[in-house]
Amino acid sequence: MSDPFGQIGLFFLNLLTGLGLEAGLASFLLKVAGAAALATGALFSTFILIWGERKLLARLQDRLGPNRAGPFGVLQTVADFAKLVTKELIFPSGVDRPVFLLAPLLVVMSVVGIWAVVPFAPRFIASDINVGVLYIVSVGSIGTLGIMLAGWSSNNKYALLGAFRAVAQLVSYEVPMVLVMLIPVMLSGSMGMVAIVEAQRPMWFVVLAPIAFVMFYITSLAENGRAPFDLMEAESEIATGYNVEYSGLMFGMFFVAEFLHAFTIGGVATTLFLGGWLGPGVDRYPLLGLVYFLAKSAVIWWSIIWVRMSLPRIRIDQMLALNWKFLTPLALGVVMVTAVADKIGPAGTLGRTVVQLAGNGLILVFALLGVRAYAARLRGRPRLVRAPPPPSPSLDAANR
Amino acid sequence: MTPLQIVFLLAAAFTLLSALLVVTRPNLVHASLWLIAALAGVAVLFVLLEAAFLAAVQVVIYIGAIAILIIFAVMLTRKVMSDAGPQVNRNWWGAALTAVLIFGGLVALLSQVPAAWQAFPAAVPSADAVLEALGRSLVDVNRYVIPFEVASVLLLAAMIGAIVIARPPAREEGEA
Repeated sequence: MSDPFGQIGLFFLNLLTGLGLEAGLASFLLKVAGAAALATGALFSTFILIWGERKLLARLQDRLGPNRAGPFGVLQTVADFAKLVTKELIFPSGVDRPVFLLAPLLVVMSVVGIWAVVPFAPRFIASDINVGVLYIVSVGSIGTLGIMLAGWSSNNKYALLGAFRAVAQLVSYEVPMVLVMLIPVMLSGSMGMVAIVEAQRPMWFVVLAPIAFVMFYITSLAENGRAPFDLMEAESEIATGYNVEYSGLMFGMFFVAEFLHAFTIGGVATTLFLGGWLGPGVDRYPLLGLVYFLAKSAVIWWSIIWVRMSLPRIRIDQMLALNWKFLTPLALGVVMVTAVADKIGPAGTLGRTVVQLAGNGLILVFALLGVRAYAARLRGRPRLVRAPPPPSPSLDAANR
Repeated sequence: MTPLQIVFLLAAAFTLLSALLVVTRPNLVHASLWLIAALAGVAVLFVLLEAAFLAAVQVVIYIGAIAILIIFAVMLTRKVMSDAGPQVNRNWWGAALTAVLIFGGLVALLSQVPAAWQAFPAAVPSADAVLEALGRSLVDVNRYVIPFEVASVLLLAAMIGAIVIARPPAREEGEA
């Protein structure tokens, strides 16, 4: 049993050819069935993910969370789903019907599509294309399109405002995200996901490029639209934003996409930085790889929920300033350091590792100094809102 | 017919239909959506040609950036919900002539490629090798490094220009 996933594929192929189909058609049908199974599995996993997230949120808030339907409330999501399915799909007057219907589909597609290139275990990957990283970026950009179409077709000012915010955020944060996704590509010398995982055998990339990993995490949070970057769905400011006019299952699809995206971030970050399915004993028992992959992804997923519960929403100007004045220059610096280290020697040599780590340390020091100077300048600046009137003329003069 | 041919015919028909709808839809946002559909169809054709890199770049740049920019501009500048202006203006014959000329030129150019009329195209080297050759030629001094750098300088100039235009006047900053 050194190659269980390959053998499963071979078994089904033999089954289909045994039924009298020609080999080309059989493998084509098998690929279609595999894609359908993967997408369905990803969507069904959201039942567990939503339940798990609500449980974790509840524990972080010192509550119990869903605990009535089924053991530990595990059937709560099924009940919610049944409720959403039975609700009417309302089309408000003035909506652009085909676009209104298309938007949630695009958003779900952009998240499910990422799973096509994520390697779960050795030989267990839907499609090991040689441009896997670029594929992830391109599929993600379709989600931006879906959100904008949702906001526009709803014929609602708040929805359009939310869509504008969403597009500003998603397009901006794509820049540093793509830049730091270059780091694993440079370290491994390939854009294929399997090659990136294999290149991490000696050392996970999170050790070689810690700053890139943290930046990938932050920008992925923004791409997901989770707190503290949830200003495209600000209930208190713009009546929830782009999905305000949606009801029933179409509304549910946006949420399925969001909850699945959180775990997808875990999967992609695990593959790019945490060694994917690598772990002790994985070469003898490939099934262990699946366990390692899911465990690592779950740790990232859990930390995303933790961050969501801990940090308040940031303002839109802070969101844009963080991206363009801090993350993007930092990402360019990290890319430059990695490129210089790449010229020092082949992968795995001591000189390259030292340059890589020293460069990361330098960037960290300069970034922290920069943040410190920025915070000091911000503290010295006069406040926008002055709560009490200035007590003495001397302080007022100092402010000016 | 192999499954590949069926997929090709479906994708080609879808691309042509979308391209036709781009120029016939009265609503500008719908037209740009059909433009996205046509570009996605072209991306499928790239996939069928085993050019996965071009397909991914097609989606990232044309759908992820340019099409979103077009939709953004249309949404911000016009009353799109009620907009149904005339489809053609006085210069329609010029546009049609240009389109026919470009089509004829492309056909003439492609018919000179020796493998153009064969049922089975010449075997391409492995996709990885093609991708690596493309990457190397972009940074090779003897190949395309100069055009590559000129293009990046052009983009940098455009970016600086955009920042200068968007920058608020210097006076306001002190008053805030």
